[in-house]
Order: sequence, then C-alpha cells, then structure tokens
Amino acid sequence: MKRTAKPQLPALAERLIYSLAAVVLSLLLATIVMLIAGYDPLKAFGAMLNGAFGSANAVANTLSKSIPLMFTGFAFAVASKGGVFNIGGEGQLYLAALASAVTALALDGLPRAVVLTASILAGMAAGGAVGALIGAIKAKLRINEVIVAIMVNYIVSLFASYMVNGPLKAANSMTAQSEAISSTYLFATVIPRSQLTTALYLGIAFAVLIFFLFRSTRLGFNIRAVGENAKAAASAGISIAATTIGVMALSGMLAGLAGVTEVLGKYGRFIDGFSPGFGFTGIAVAVLGSNNPFGILLTSLLFGALEAGSMKMSYVANVSTNMVMVIQGLVILFVATPEIVSQFVRRKGGKRNG
Amino acid sequence: MRGITKRFGAMTANDHIDFQVEQGEIHCLLGENGAGKSTLMNVLFGLLCPEEGCVEIDGQPISALTPRLAYQLGIGMVHQHFMLVNHLTCLENIILGNEPGKVVIDRKQARARVQALSDQYHFNIDLDAPVSDLSVGMKQRVEILKTLYRGANIIILDEPTAVLTPIEAEQLLSILRDMRTQGKTIIFITHKLKETLDVADRITILRGGKSVALLSAASATPEQLARLMVGHDVVFEIEKPARAQGDVVLRVEDVRLLQNAQSTVSFEVHAGEIFGIAGVEGNGQQQLEEIIMGLTRTKGGRIFYQKTNLLELSLRARRKLRFAYIPSDRLKQALLSHVSLQENFLLGNQYDPQYVRRGLIQKKALRENTLRMMREFDVRAVSAQQSAGSLSGGNQQKFVLAREVSKQPQFVLACQPVRGLDIGAIKYVHNVLIRLRSEGAAILLISAELSDIFQLSDTIGVLYKGELMDVRKAGAFDNESISLLMAGRKEAQADETNR
Repeated sequence: MKRTAKPQLPALAERLIYSLAAVVLSLLLATIVMLIAGYDPLKAFGAMLNGAFGSANAVANTLSKSIPLMFTGFAFAVASKGGVFNIGGEGQLYLAALASAVTALALDGLPRAVVLTASILAGMAAGGAVGALIGAIKAKLRINEVIVAIMVNYIVSLFASYMVNGPLKAANSMTAQSEAISSTYLFATVIPRSQLTTALYLGIAFAVLIFFLFRSTRLGFNIRAVGENAKAAASAGISIAATTIGVMALSGMLAGLAGVTEVLGKYGRFIDGFSPGFGFTGIAVAVLGSNNPFGILLTSLLFGALEAGSMKMSYVANVSTNMVMVIQGLVILFVATPEIVSQFVRRKGGKRNG
Repeated sequence: MRGITKRFGAMTANDHIDFQVEQGEIHCLLGENGAGKSTLMNVLFGLLCPEEGCVEIDGQPISALTPRLAYQLGIGMVHQHFMLVNHLTCLENIILGNEPGKVVIDRKQARARVQALSDQYHFNIDLDAPVSDLSVGMKQRVEILKTLYRGANIIILDEPTAVLTPIEAEQLLSILRDMRTQGKTIIFITHKLKETLDVADRITILRGGKSVALLSAASATPEQLARLMVGHDVVFEIEKPARAQGDVVLRVEDVRLLQNAQSTVSFEVHAGEIFGIAGVEGNGQQQLEEIIMGLTRTKGGRIFYQKTNLLELSLRARRKLRFAYIPSDRLKQALLSHVSLQENFLLGNQYDPQYVRRGLIQKKALRENTLRMMREFDVRAVSAQQSAGSLSGGNQQKFVLAREVSKQPQFVLACQPVRGLDIGAIKYVHNVLIRLRSEGAAILLISAELSDIFQLSDTIGVLYKGELMDVRKAGAFDNESISLLMAGRKEAQADETNR
C-alpha cells in the first residue's frame, strides 16, 4: 500500500509550528489557572515580560539564566540523536563544576588563559567521564541508561556535596561551598554588574559545532545511524558499543559545561546544590527545541525568560514564582503529547485529513 | 461494495471500485503493491471511510461502518501484522475484548466454545500456549480463530501467505478450503498468482486503484492474471546464460548454525556462481546470514573470503571488503527509515574516500552518485532528500540493491531478496543478481521461495535444523526431492523424522 500522500510542510517548519503551539497552549492554560486563582493574568504576564526583557539588565538576566539550560539542552539532544536518553545531566554537571573549581583553585597564580582553559577542559572531562560511564554500562552490560543515570546522579551530586562539606569546604564559611576562585580566572561579564558572561558566546559556538557535527561529518552520521536503527548501523560496520559510549561522553561534556559556566561565571566557587535541576529542565528545552541546536538556543531563551520574569511577576502582580513551574510543566506536557498539539494545529490551520 | 472511491491527499487509492462477494466463496483480491487492495478492504472493515460509494451486506446498505459494526455484521479481518498480545495464551488472546461472563471471566465456557471452533475447522491450536512461543503460521491461525469466535461469516485475510513458509501456506489454504465448505465466505488479498489459482473461486483484479477484471478461477491462466495485474505481458522465464565457474571466493568450514544442530556446515561459493540455500525459515538461515556479516559471533569454524578468515576480522574491517549485503529484513537492517535517501546511500559507504574525506561528508559526490544509482535502478522517488521509509517496499529493495551493487562487490549475500515484492520488482531483483553473476561475483542466495532458488541457483544446498542436508547442482533437484529435504527427510529414511 502506498503511504498516504498528505501535503507536507517542510519538516523543520512543521516542528517549529508544533513547538510554538505547545508554548501558546500552555500560556493559555496558565491564564485560565490564574483567572481561577483570582489573579490578573494581563498584569502578571506584563510584569513577567517586563522582568525578562524590560531593560538591558533584564535581558542580561534572561540570557544568563538561559546559559546552563542551553548546555544541558545540547547534552540531551546529542545523546538522543544517538538513541540514548541522557537523564544524567544533573550528575554530569555537578562533577564537572567540582572539577573545574578544584582545577582553578589548584592552578591559582598561573596566567588567566591557562587557568581558564584548563579548568573548562577539566570540567568537560569530568562530565564526559560520568557520561561515558553510563554509556559503557548501557553498551557493555545492557542495563537501561535511565536507571543507571538516575542512580549516578545521586552518587555524583552527593559526592560533590561531601567534598564541599568536608575536605574542600571553604575556611570560616557557614555554608557548604569551596573557596572563592580569584576573579581573574572567571568569565568576563558582557554587561557590567550583571551575571551575563562571555559563556554565552561559548554556548553559541557549541550550537554551531553541533549543527556542523550532525550535518557534515561522518561521526555525526554514525551517531544518527545508531540512534535511528542500531541493527542497520551494525550491518554497515558501525560499532554500536563504541558509538553509545562516545555519544554519552560527548553529551556528558556538554552537560558539564553547564556546571563549568555556573562556577566560572555566576558564582566564582562551587556551592553545594547550586543547580535547581538544570539537567532535567534541559530535557524539556531539548525536546521543545526538537533536538536542533538553534532550536535549543531559542527554547533555552524562553525558559530563561520565564525564570528571569518570575521575580517581577511575583512582586508586581503578586503571583507566586511557582507559576513559572506551572507554565514549564504545561509546556513539557504538551511537548510530550504531540497528539493534543497536532489536533490544535490542524484545527487552526483548517486542514482536516481523514 | 459499489463505486467505492477513497483518496489520500492527491492520490486516489480506490477509484469507483465495484466489488461483489458471494456467500460461501473464496474470493481473491489480486493486484500489485499499491493497487488499492488493502485500502478497499479497510473500507469494508470500517477502518477507512470512503469519499464516495456504499457498502451493502445481504442487500442492506450500511452507513457509517466502523470495525465494531463490521464485527456485528459478521465481518472479520486478519491483518498483515498480527494484533496479538505476546504474553497471553492463545485462549486469552482469542477471547480478549469479548470475554464471556459478567464480572469474572467464565473460562470454562470460553474454552469450550473456542475448542469447539478449533476442532470444527481443524486448527490444531494448543490453547494454553503463550502466543510468543508460536510460529508465525500458528499465530495466524489464532487470528483467524479470533474472528470466528466473534462470529464472523465473512473473513478478510490481508496477504496472509506473505509471512508463511511454503508448507505453512499450503496448510493455510487447506484450512480456508475447509472453512468455505462449511459455509464461510473468504476474501483473500494477495499478489501471488499460484495460490490465487490454487484456492480462489472467483478473482477480482485491481490495478492502479481501479477494478480491471472479475473472473472465475477455473478459466483463468497465470499469464492472463499477470497481464491484467501489471498491465502488459510478463515473461516468467528469465534468461540465465551458462557461465564457467571461477575460483572459490567464499569458503565456509565447520560453522555451527544452531546450538543443537547435529553437525556443522561447510560449503564453497565460486566466482560467477549463485549458491542457493533453500529451506523453511528458522532452520539456521538467519544465523548463517549474521555470522557471515559478523553480527553474531560463533565459536569454532572458519569462513574464508579469498585468503582471509572473516571470523578474525572486526565489523569495520569486514565492511572494507565491500561485500554487497541484502539483508532479510531491509527496514530493520539496511535502511534508516526517517533519514533521507542520500544519507541512506552513505550507510555502509561511510569509510569510502569518495564520500567521506577527513571525516567530512562529501555532499555533492554523495548526492550525484545517489541520484545516478537511483536512475540506473529505477528507484521511484521524488528526490534524494525523501526519507527511505516513504518509499514502497519494492522501491526500498531496489534502493538497497543499488547501494550494494555500487560497491562493485566480489561477493554478494542476498537474503530473502524478493520477500514482499510484486512481480515486476521480483523480476528486477532476479535480473540484477544474474547480472552480478555474469560479472563474476560470487553470490550466496538465501531464500525461502523455491521459485527463487530454482530460477537463479547454479548450486543448491538445503538447510534443515541448522544442517546442510544435501548440496547438488541445480539440475539434480526437482520440486519433490527438495521438498522432502526441506522437511528433514533424506530419501532413504523418509519416515524417521516427524513433521
């Protein structure tokens, strides 16, 4: 039987529409929730918009909040292309953050370029190692990566927590954190007195690299082949185990950059429990951006804006910052259930297929 | 069914088709892939709603047909892909969705009814076996029994023999005849001529979404059916020029295919020879395929390709030998269905400097070669950017052939190369294999279709339970002797094995 030949949008445009629709739908539902709760949605969204984009500083804040999400989004997307569900971004970024902080502290006194490079690379290596470990357990022992990754998340983040509660704890500090890294070794700020650092450029550079990887290189093709159809890839002489381990190492490095840029950008030290779940939110960012690196730049910006605007929304419209979590949750729900959204898009477009 | 029209977007799958079936007949719906057979039957079963036309049962026009209503009207359908729950037993699968008893399932009553039906039509099903343990043929019987249990009088079978071995197919046909004798009406969708003539009372032929003929099977000839199906004359015989054999290209020594096989397998394939492996599926063919390609490891034995022992090489090193490999399941093993044809062409060629240099894919060369091979092999697609999954089965297979042949292989491993293809595509595949043979390639052909084996092979080996029963020149076998070997009987000891 021939396949149904329905008029098709270019795949990219179609996915863009679906993602937009998911966002629109969740904002609509959030509006209803606010109405029911007795808030003024217009005022709330206005405040949020203002808080996210209302001034140079607001924009800087939005961008800075989007940076870690961008990296964890890339991490999830790259693993997905290779057919691996990397839910271990959280553990990967914690170990990476710890490694980069330790490296920067240990090399204190050396030239800035050396220390910054070494500590970024140390972070990527640590994240990559955690990723590769999960990949190896999946490939060699055939244990589901989701279970392994979730357990590794606990092990790694508790290990990092132990280190800054014990051996690496800053002297005379009440909280669990490492010593401060000298500000010469941190990312430069793009806008003075904001948290937006040049790590943003690193994110954009990686988006281009990832795009190029999957578009034009054999390595990217091999990863996609394994993700798409492992058996066919094996028939074509691609080693599934090596690719799985490799793609998880790559994914771990990218997730690691989320930790590195927080330590060397925002905080200047490793603080226990600094990540509010970047590794997990990255999954939503990647899926909403349909695993396209530029799509992920956009969706991480959206999630960053929601975070950045929530404070303003809270004190102007008196809506709890938790409303942002409601909106994020709804976006994930609609992205995870494409059928609902596709119904919506079809209605809107006035197209009906039998 | 009258004037049924069903469109999918710009394509008209059914164009004003009239289709009439009489009580108690086996009616074959014959046509090539894409002729609209399944669409028409999905309309009858209520899965699709036609734009025009109406369905009448016993003279009553039926509107708003749904599968549920179809069942109530006594229409049952067995799909190409079985809809069974693997973990449940046969009995549980059969009564699923229609369990007797109000709250608690009345197993006793269910068993009695199902058993009675099974006996009535000689199905020989073990009702307590979990479905996952059954052979494909048995699963199909469970599906048929399920429709009977639901009270179907008209049973639609969508390409039922496509998944069966010749023996299973023969058994199915005899069950169908039995059911007809007991008054059931059967609609049999197929593109195979032989079984159509074997089993049908009347035949409706579809071509390009139109009904082109309704004939009585008694007066039909294969040539006539083929012409009506394809729209022009079809030559059945293929020309196979005589060719002297060259050197040994592939030598298999002492390879154990199945764990419990009593002996190992050894044979040689020469340049310019097609070595056919005949046998009912599941007798070690898959293992042989995977061992040669390195997808399964094996202990003991050696496989020499020219002078190198394949079993000592890595997957990647094997691929560098540039074998052409046509796997038995093209969608699972040869294609990335959501990926463009161009990139599918790269699959297996990704270490060829023509296509990838210093890790970078050479897009231009890749696209040009893909398009050239697609033209040469008559792969019908809109562009090289189209996804492989959007092609029809025949075009997918031609695409795989094009890719593999473009490697100018010395050795070709062709597994079930014509499965699920229509006449035109089968003939095409056969011709390509013959051409490769003329060019001096050594070809190992593994096929469950005897017609393949006989038409193509120079040498034939028969595989049964992981053992080679016999290897002879093609002319030394006839239909009967090969069938006996396929069933595990060597002439002298015909009755020792039971099957």
